[in-house]
Amino acid sequence: MWRQRFNLSLRQRTFYIIVFSIVMLMLMIFSGLFISEGQLKINPGEMNGEPSLAHLFGTDWLGRDMLARTLKGLTLSFGVGIVAALASSVIALLLTLFASWNKTTDRMVTWLVDLFLSVPHLVLLLLISFTFGGGFKGVIIGLSLTHWPSLTRLLRSEMLQIKTAKYVGVSQQLGKSRWWVGKHHIVPHLLPQLFIGFTLLFPHAILHEASITFLGFGLPSEQPAIGVILSESMRYLSTGKWWLAVFPGLSLLIMVGLFDLLGQSLCKWVDPFHGQKGM
Amino acid sequence: MRIKQMGVYLFKNVFKIILLLLAVSTLSFILVSNSPIDPVRSYIGADMTSVSPEQRENIAEYWGLNEPVLQQFFNWGTHLLQGDMGTSLIYRAPVAEVIAERFVASLALMSVAWMLSGLFGFILGIVAGMKEGTWLDRIIKGYCFTLASTPAFWLGLLLLMLFAVQLGWFPVGLSTPAGILADDVTFIERLRHFILPALTLSVVGVANVALHTRQKLIDVLNSDYVRFARAKGESGSKLVWRHGLRNISLPAISLHFSSFGELFGGAVLAEQVFSYPGLGQAVVEAGLGGDVPLLLGIVLCSTLFVFAGNFIADLLYKVVDPRIRKGEL
Repeated sequence: MWRQRFNLSLRQRTFYIIVFSIVMLMLMIFSGLFISEGQLKINPGEMNGEPSLAHLFGTDWLGRDMLARTLKGLTLSFGVGIVAALASSVIALLLTLFASWNKTTDRMVTWLVDLFLSVPHLVLLLLISFTFGGGFKGVIIGLSLTHWPSLTRLLRSEMLQIKTAKYVGVSQQLGKSRWWVGKHHIVPHLLPQLFIGFTLLFPHAILHEASITFLGFGLPSEQPAIGVILSESMRYLSTGKWWLAVFPGLSLLIMVGLFDLLGQSLCKWVDPFHGQKGM
Repeated sequence: MRIKQMGVYLFKNVFKIILLLLAVSTLSFILVSNSPIDPVRSYIGADMTSVSPEQRENIAEYWGLNEPVLQQFFNWGTHLLQGDMGTSLIYRAPVAEVIAERFVASLALMSVAWMLSGLFGFILGIVAGMKEGTWLDRIIKGYCFTLASTPAFWLGLLLLMLFAVQLGWFPVGLSTPAGILADDVTFIERLRHFILPALTLSVVGVANVALHTRQKLIDVLNSDYVRFARAKGESGSKLVWRHGLRNISLPAISLHFSSFGELFGGAVLAEQVFSYPGLGQAVVEAGLGGDVPLLLGIVLCSTLFVFAGNFIADLLYKVVDPRIRKGEL
């Protein structure tokens, strides 16, 4: 209904959704970056405060402002997520190019993908994080090493399609090397997919980071990560301090949701065939 | 002819699982043996100062930690082939026993949640697909997308706060009440401790099935045979019942079977939130406590679990779908 009132095509609407989610995410991240150590300080005068105007998200058992901690935690999650998603995308691209070499390498890559998908994701994360002794390093390596399989699968099927295209055959007949074909024909076609894949990997990575941190394997407990905040809140839930868990979790949900929205809108925006169909 | 094909198919899958388990066990052993976490240190824990270096050396010797890694792997592998998965350090019991006991608890949780989420997801998906574009469809879709970005453990925390702390309907944790012998626990008590984790797990699992079913149903409703049925005057739920359900149920069931990996991950989180003594809680404790044999055992066990799900999904397609059944197996 409002579509007619504002006279927007679906494509324009998708574009505004993209702009909206980018702006919102920027706001969340930058407000986290500008939070100083002073705002995270322990404040014994305001212990266990319920949400109020001064402290929108309430305060914890040390009097720390939960809004500041949550925003700081989101920024941290964002940082971890970006590194992990970037590393995973690079791994996926390299493996896809490796798979394009010949049948044997293709089989090797497929097998590797199947191998990584055969262990529950969380268990694999746990195992890798255990290997690196937990902490920052463990989480980032774990997230980077476990998020590439689904994207690799996607890129590989795309790559197989490109490889059957006539112009690739012509290039090969003209004596161009595999590198040349890969660089000029395959990679440019994979880039949009890779970019969208990267955006859609992001929410997964962030959720997994929070989960693994919640379980005690991830970021160290002195960091204000969302996982740490939520696992600490467990101890205070039975005394009815609901705000310690509700708001940080909700903020994480919103951030992940925005990223998901961004990825899907980008996907629709780039794809001309489905761009016109309603959500 | 059929029997021969089936034999080949089974043989292929048995080969696949053996290769898979071999690769997973090798890979996880390499990972675990490179960990900086010292098993002796985490075994002794807080008593570190009261244990002399000689005693520590003895423990390491007893566990075979002083042998080269390759030898350790060989020892572990040969014992594993004989059905001996080693001894858990934190539970001080054979790993196989710990896993078996915990797996039953987890399986109860996961199977109830799996069935509930499958059923509700399927129903929601059909409703949304039938009413595509209406407000009902929007609500269901919005609900599913929100669910997909919800951290599973946070949802558990919310349920815990609402039903256990505020309303007091359910106990706050543990699968049995404290202070009562395990044999005296009634079924009702067990059930009360079981409901919240199962609920969390099933709510999380709904989104995937519902969205998938919705999309499939929309595809089916746009097909030629449905157009023909409409031209004959069929409509509404009768049309979906006759022409839709058969075509969408198999992919949905299949998808649901191949989601065992996520189910297991969700169970790990739910069990941690509600301190439900299942396999998920055990794997977290094993990881935090440096209990390598138990950790490796659970990794292998969960791999088997996921493989079973994928195998059943594949089999369902081959056995149930007449088009594939008549073609090649």
